[in-house]
Amino acid sequence: MAKVLVVADIRRGKLRNVTLEMLGAARVIADGDTVAVALLGKDVGGLAEGLGDFGADDVYVVDAPELESYNSGTYRRALLEVMGQFNPGVLFLAHSAIGKDLAPMVAARLGAGQVSDITSFEGKGENLVFVRAIYAGKAFTKVSVRQGLVIATVRPNNLVPAAAGAGKPGTLKSVSVSFEPPDLATLVKEVITKVSTGVDLTEAKVVVAGGRGVKDASGFTHLEGLAGVLGGAVGASRGACDAGYCDYSLQIGQTGKVVTPDLYIACGISGAIQHLAGMSNSKVIVAINKDPEAPIFQVADYGIVGDLLEVVPRLTEEFKKIRV
Amino acid sequence: MNIIVCLKQTFDTEERVLIEDGRVKEDGVRFVINPYDEYAVEEAIRIKEAHEGQVTVVSVGPTRFEEAIRTALAMGVDEAVLADDPALFGDEFTVAKVLAAIIRQRPYDLILAGNQAVDDGSGQVSVRLAEELGIPHISMVTKVEVEGNQVTVQRDAEGDIEVVSGSWPLVITAQQGLNEPRYPSLIGIRKAGKKPLTHVTLQDLGLSAEELAARTEVREIYLPKPKQGGRMLSGELTNVVKELAEALHSVEKVI
Ligand SMILES: Cc1cc2nc3c(=O)[nH]c(=O)nc-3n(C[C@H](O)[C@H](O)[C@H](O)COP(=O)(O)OP(=O)(O)OC[C@H]3O[C@@H](n4cnc5c(N)ncnc54)[C@H](O)[C@@H]3O)c2cc1C
Ligand SMILES: Nc1ncnc2c1ncn2[C@@H]1O[C@H](COP(=O)(O)O)[C@@H](O)[C@H]1O
Repeated sequence: MAKVLVVADIRRGKLRNVTLEMLGAARVIADGDTVAVALLGKDVGGLAEGLGDFGADDVYVVDAPELESYNSGTYRRALLEVMGQFNPGVLFLAHSAIGKDLAPMVAARLGAGQVSDITSFEGKGENLVFVRAIYAGKAFTKVSVRQGLVIATVRPNNLVPAAAGAGKPGTLKSVSVSFEPPDLATLVKEVITKVSTGVDLTEAKVVVAGGRGVKDASGFTHLEGLAGVLGGAVGASRGACDAGYCDYSLQIGQTGKVVTPDLYIACGISGAIQHLAGMSNSKVIVAINKDPEAPIFQVADYGIVGDLLEVVPRLTEEFKKIRV
Repeated sequence: MNIIVCLKQTFDTEERVLIEDGRVKEDGVRFVINPYDEYAVEEAIRIKEAHEGQVTVVSVGPTRFEEAIRTALAMGVDEAVLADDPALFGDEFTVAKVLAAIIRQRPYDLILAGNQAVDDGSGQVSVRLAEELGIPHISMVTKVEVEGNQVTVQRDAEGDIEVVSGSWPLVITAQQGLNEPRYPSLIGIRKAGKKPLTHVTLQDLGLSAEELAARTEVREIYLPKPKQGGRMLSGELTNVVKELAEALHSVEKVI
């Protein structure tokens, strides 16, 4: 038994699915003990609704203007305050831009062990071990925390999400945090937001990704067509981003986002190890490349050797028939 | 201005990973400067060139790290400290404590590190280090501008760009896109041999084994199940496309 705290992953005012995935794991690991969710941000109280039904016993809300956009200093303060009140044995954060930054700060402050970017877990209590990929996904490791507080960051789309039906409301706990004196050590002066279309890349069940082989920005419209039919998201290799065919917010790989969709369709991507690090855990991988020797075919479940500009539109038509 | 760079030597990402006696086999493997740390080294040298100062590399790891450190010295780093006493090895918690102990013994304004080590790294050490030193950090940085004791950076927040400012002392972690690291020049390589590389031990740092004890424990390292050979679909495109759609729909059930 352990008290488990889940830090909700909020992006643009919405809860990401990974929050429910963490909650699912939390319920198993808590093994009957209390499960709490922390909501940190501005105007986030409304997100608490329904979390009880997904198994949150308590929902700690820190709602403050200081938390409107992410800042290391203010978020650390807010989370440490919630930690102090709830005193968890296990802390989960998403392995997202915020979680990646926040978790090690809290781990260092509390002298705790952290396991990053976990894709699954086994056991409970002393025998709780986490699985994570190492060496760009070429190997895996099982890691446990020896003693004290356990902190883990969770890769989206890998753990089984909590199901609704706990049938209780969850106790709302409003936490006030003093941000005085203000922590002005670093200051976010400006955020240049990239237009993100529809489906969140790290949560998408289908990802259609393009590489340098897409040739130009207009080539990406074909990929958008294909992703659209499948209700998926468009991603890209570093090669495509560097060439200016698409925005860096679409980049998948070691430097970019890590995705684990049910279906990953790689179009005109050679399959460099840094790209594989971001997608090799996908359940089914399809590769379309004109070079039969491209390394992407070594990780692909299905391969088509051919010109993507011919193949992708035809696939889109074919998938349309199935989807109706 | 005193700039510190945290540098780890890592496996070349292209190397094949083999496991022997429960560990990743290191014989015959090519080691490199962790690519993200290489960006940090390059940026430190550029800042020094533009503003004057001293660049020191700090590392925690086995003596083989010297090779990577020499490369950094050849690129233009001035001196290095290597903690190669096995009593100083552990997990991310340990490494951050050791780095902090080394850094506390010297003047520092700016600390540059990588955002992640590409081997078994987990993107923790740099942020932990900042907390150990009680100074702020800015992670995933793709652009740095220094003016006086003010630093303005651009950071990559999942594709959004955040412009963040801060003042010394500060930890900055390098993301790809920050710069193109230089190759060491011949003169640089010759000079590197004469630059100071200090080895430090548990005792030198005044640390005890207890306070460094790793918080985590690796229970097992294993290779993923080899993938069943993928199916190459060939023939007339109309048929290929049908075959794929059918397989994804009826066999894999992913569309
Ligand atoms: C530290 C570091 C971090 C990195 N991080 C990342 C990362 O996060 N993500 C990432 O993706 N990369 C990353 N990289 C870069 C990576 O090494 C590769 O350079 C990059 O992935 C290549 O992109 P690409 O496959 O699109 O381009 P290329 O390697 O140029 O491949 C293009 C492919 O398209 C095929 N092609 C061309 N025309 C057609 C056509 N008409 N139809 C079909 N196929 C066609 C070609 O056969 C080729 O295989 C990183 C590198 C470093 C050093
Ligand atoms: N053993 C080490 N010695 C020096 N710096 C390190 C070491 N391990 C990690 N770092 C620094 O911390 C960053 C993040 O590492 P990690 O948390 O292991 O992914 C690296 O890019 C390095 O800059």
